[in-house]
Amino acid sequence: MDYGTLRGLFALLILALFIIIVVWSYSKKRKTSFDEIANSILEKEQLQDNDNESHLKTDSKQETNNNV
Amino acid sequence: MTQSNTSAVDYNFDVVRQFTVMTVIWGIVGTLVGVLIAAQLIWPALNFDTPWLTYSRLRPLHTNAVIFAFGTSALFATSYYVVQRTCQAQLFGGKLASFTFWGWQAVILSAAISLPLGYNSTKEYAELEWPIDLLITIVWVCYAIVFFGTIVKRKTSHIYVANWFFGAFIITVAMLHIVNSMVIPVSAMKSYSLYPGAVDAMVQWWYGHNAVGFLLTAGFLGMMYYFVPKQSERPIYSYRLSIVHFWALISLYIWAGPHHLHYTALPDWAQSVGMVMSIVLFLPSWGGMINGIMTLSGAWHKLRTDPILRFLIVSLSFYGMSTFEGPMMAIKSVNALSHYTDWTVGHVHSGALGWVAMVSIGALYHLIPVLFNQGRMYSIRLINIHFWIHTTGIVLYIVAMWISGVMQGLMWRAVNTDGTLTYSFVESLTASYPFYFIRFLGGVLVVAGFLLMAYNMFKTIGAKDGSLKAVEEA
Repeated sequence: MDYGTLRGLFALLILALFIIIVVWSYSKKRKTSFDEIANSILEKEQLQDNDNESHLKTDSKQETNNNV
Repeated sequence: MTQSNTSAVDYNFDVVRQFTVMTVIWGIVGTLVGVLIAAQLIWPALNFDTPWLTYSRLRPLHTNAVIFAFGTSALFATSYYVVQRTCQAQLFGGKLASFTFWGWQAVILSAAISLPLGYNSTKEYAELEWPIDLLITIVWVCYAIVFFGTIVKRKTSHIYVANWFFGAFIITVAMLHIVNSMVIPVSAMKSYSLYPGAVDAMVQWWYGHNAVGFLLTAGFLGMMYYFVPKQSERPIYSYRLSIVHFWALISLYIWAGPHHLHYTALPDWAQSVGMVMSIVLFLPSWGGMINGIMTLSGAWHKLRTDPILRFLIVSLSFYGMSTFEGPMMAIKSVNALSHYTDWTVGHVHSGALGWVAMVSIGALYHLIPVLFNQGRMYSIRLINIHFWIHTTGIVLYIVAMWISGVMQGLMWRAVNTDGTLTYSFVESLTASYPFYFIRFLGGVLVVAGFLLMAYNMFKTIGAKDGSLKAVEEA
């Protein structure tokens, strides 16, 4: 196989990888876990004392963008 | 705002505090040197006939100070903070983190001494000589160990997207620095590049453009993905887009370097590859910008009252502007007009002062009260004033450079009917003087803003713990 063909195949491989990444990240199954991750940085410290945890949780709950 | 002393994890914020304070200090120093050399272009006597103060020696000092002292300190501070908070783990390596701080300050200090003395490897943005390059490599490897060590010991199942960008920035900068710094030393402070001719030029701009792509873009995008959601108290617009954004950006940026070498000895095909890849790069860049700005969707009113958020969002607008301008300037026919003129200088500063500086300033205004146990900065009003003088400074700067640059490009290419040049170089220089003065004014405003920031920061640090209460939203 000559160098040019190899490069062409490599380009196709990268394109396929990219499409896989897009399909994977936009699949319906991933939506909930991605929303959780996106919200995770907004939750106050999760490892705090139990007595004020419920108060903090409700305090920082954010709505997610359902349209994306 | 959660404070370090109330959290269950014992975060290492000492090193974050050190880097944060030094970011502001180096911000003042770096832009001040910039203003001095901008003034030298109008009043050449300002080099006082001393070799150490000539433009040729201070210009690399300015670029090194703003990129590696200010920008990289900001990245150290925010990456160390973000990786701990999002992984809910203490920084890995203990004393090693502290070593990265002192080691990096030693690098900056050696640059501040060696560059005015005239030691220069002649590679743009990699001017430091080989012993300093070795020190950079050691510090950078330690940085990678601390950062990725923290990721490994994380208590969360996922790795938040900001860390992906910080991680890519750390790995790629290590690779770029090591490859581009390959030299044969001939004495303690003199070396020659290992690469010959056009190959050396290509390696240099592969390094140069990816320093922009990974240090000044990916790193600061990591900052954006944490601090924009935090300051607006809303999750990122689309986490899915952030994943596609990440992979598209890091796989495309690496190819754009040849656009710095249009119409040179670089083979034509390489120039064309660089041009095409630069144009494609527009897509992930704008994907990221849209993701950041749309995080405010439904909460635009916050911009009216929160100057910190204004810094962050306007930084994204400048990012969008310069990542539109960049691909356009990478087109060969446009480049024929813009290259070697002040247009390039304007483009760089719309990215550097608009995107990099503004997103860092916004992130630091968010970070300083958290690090020093306060609810807010000492003065919100001063942040607002800083925002407006910084923005005015940038606009003056880049508009002056655009006009000057296009004018220079047109004057240099103008030919008479007999084929001779219409204008001499000196004529184009004289025509640029008014714009150099406007640029100088813009720079003075930016420095003034940084001084305000330093005052505000030290007042916040000096205030009694918890005495500055967060402003309740109406």
